Amino acid sequence: MSQLPHTSGLGFKPEHFHDIMVQPGAVGFFEVHAENYMGDGGAAHAMLTALRADHALSLHGVGLSIGGAQGLNPAHLDRLRKLIDRYQPESFSEHLAWSSHGTAWLNDLLPLPYTQETLTTICTHIDQVQDRLGCRMLLENPATYVTFENSTWTETDFLTEITRRTGCGLLLDINNVFVSATNHRFDARAYLAAFPLAAVGEIHLAGHDAEDLPSGPLLIDSHGAPVADPVWALYAAVLEQTGPLPTLIEWDTDVPDFATLLSEAARAKTVLARAKGGQSRAA
Amino acid sequence: MTTKSLALPLAASLATALTLAGGHAHAQSATMEKCFGISLAGANDCAAGPGTTCSGTSTVDYQGNAWTLVAAGTCTEIELPAMADGTARMGSLEELDRDLPPA
Amino acid sequence: MLHDPSHAKTEAAFNAALWGPAPPAGLTAPDANEIAQRFKVYRNNVQHSLTRALAARFPVIEALVGPAFFTAMARVYIAQSPPQDPVMLRWGASFAGFLDGFPPVAHLPFLGDVARLEYVRGRACHAADADPVAPEVLAVADLESLRLTLHPSALLFTSPLPAVQIWQSHQTGAARAPLLPGPDYALIARQPDFTVIVERIEPDTFAVLSSLCDGETLGFAAGKADPTPALTLLLRHGLIIDTDTGAPR
Repeated sequence: MSQLPHTSGLGFKPEHFHDIMVQPGAVGFFEVHAENYMGDGGAAHAMLTALRADHALSLHGVGLSIGGAQGLNPAHLDRLRKLIDRYQPESFSEHLAWSSHGTAWLNDLLPLPYTQETLTTICTHIDQVQDRLGCRMLLENPATYVTFENSTWTETDFLTEITRRTGCGLLLDINNVFVSATNHRFDARAYLAAFPLAAVGEIHLAGHDAEDLPSGPLLIDSHGAPVADPVWALYAAVLEQTGPLPTLIEWDTDVPDFATLLSEAARAKTVLARAKGGQSRAA
Repeated sequence: MTTKSLALPLAASLATALTLAGGHAHAQSATMEKCFGISLAGANDCAAGPGTTCSGTSTVDYQGNAWTLVAAGTCTEIELPAMADGTARMGSLEELDRDLPPA
Repeated sequence: MLHDPSHAKTEAAFNAALWGPAPPAGLTAPDANEIAQRFKVYRNNVQHSLTRALAARFPVIEALVGPAFFTAMARVYIAQSPPQDPVMLRWGASFAGFLDGFPPVAHLPFLGDVARLEYVRGRACHAADADPVAPEVLAVADLESLRLTLHPSALLFTSPLPAVQIWQSHQTGAARAPLLPGPDYALIARQPDFTVIVERIEPDTFAVLSSLCDGETLGFAAGKADPTPALTLLLRHGLIIDTDTGAPR
């Protein structure tokens, strides 16, 4: 696998296909959910083929249930392998979460306790994924609404240990960090200070919704709004340390017109450019 | 004999079909944009059905119970025609009526 | 009281609570009184995302029963028949059968067949790709023994009810004409431009297309009825992907 460009990219939405085709080069890379391209043929594959011809591609899985107690679904791994062979993406990423139970697919990224047992399970799963797919994967930190009383690891230590044991990289979702920090009343900057930034191969930025609990806000990782200002600030702070990294704007519900997405991607680009300037001055 | 008598109508049928079908099916790349132009306009075309999600929602679904709600969409405008023989309506309606407990 | 259940047990309890009223044991939050409200986000995510996925596959059913009823009905279906793998574009094969047997919609006997049509449409949308043959390929001496291979997306649909007309009346720009009595027949297929057609056809055309789909010769199919309308449809929509003259190659 080659690398994603260290610029900003967008999640691909079929309704923007025409806009993308008439503005080649406007977007640094595109990301798609792998599971939406597991049909046999038709428009989905035709569009992805056309998109792939002109752009770097990030394949983002939502279906492996890497954090699940049960073994990985071998048929699903085969389907992923087929997609990777066909489209040769620059990156494959998945989530620190579970989403299947028994034979049921729950279509949500569900949380798990961070224990010795789950650490071992997840590392076994990631080893299997990297073996079967023949590439290094990135694992994404989750946005969560509850925590588990039997957790014995912090999330950052847990992720650090996973990268150490499996050699996988990380996808740092800064909106998820902000959502979790707000929801669990911890300091997002302290979390990022403990995060193994050297392993980060991609950054996600997205918008969130807010609800009110008696004790304070509860943020929902809705991907249905512009990236919030505090998330932009955390992003700039991360890039000051890491230099430019491939950065994806995620907008999955109430998808706006393409111009709105382009302006979010442009804002990320200005932060990336500043980080690059800062780095070269430092060098 | 039979073969020969059929050969001509089939050829004629094919010739007619080719004429009626008009210009042959177009290249994919040329028409992909047409397809997505249409789907943007809201027509029912390239809709690929459900996709996956990696986000949450703050939309709280109505917690109603389907057994107490009444289907109230366009179905209220649908009038099923009588069957061709004019006697019975839809079979499954009949069956349902028979299943109803006596009043 | 710290308990340390195995992950499988934690997951099973979490899953069970997604379908019940109370959160699972073993969760924490800054204010323990708010655990139930926080857990509800997950329960709602699962229900909402699956309901919207079902509505994306069956938009005409949602229009027919209305969104509020659809959401409530989806809750029952999702609990009975959740997706069996993460490839959501395949989910919903059993929804038509569910509608056939769901008492609150027993007075709408056409729902099952409209759902069957919508599911077939989805299959056509994602069927394998294949290029149509050039029409000249059909110019063979022995047309009668010619067999056609149809595009993988070409699927035949039939309903004893006017299900095709009901579906058509829900498409953008469709005129609301009075329904004709069933049975309804349709050819559903994906054109080379990726649009999926739902073409209501005559019983004779259905008979000819059925024979061709079954791999019978053109001569055999023509014995059912005049093959002109069927051939016109297949040619117009680019649905013939191979021919076989029966001669050894």
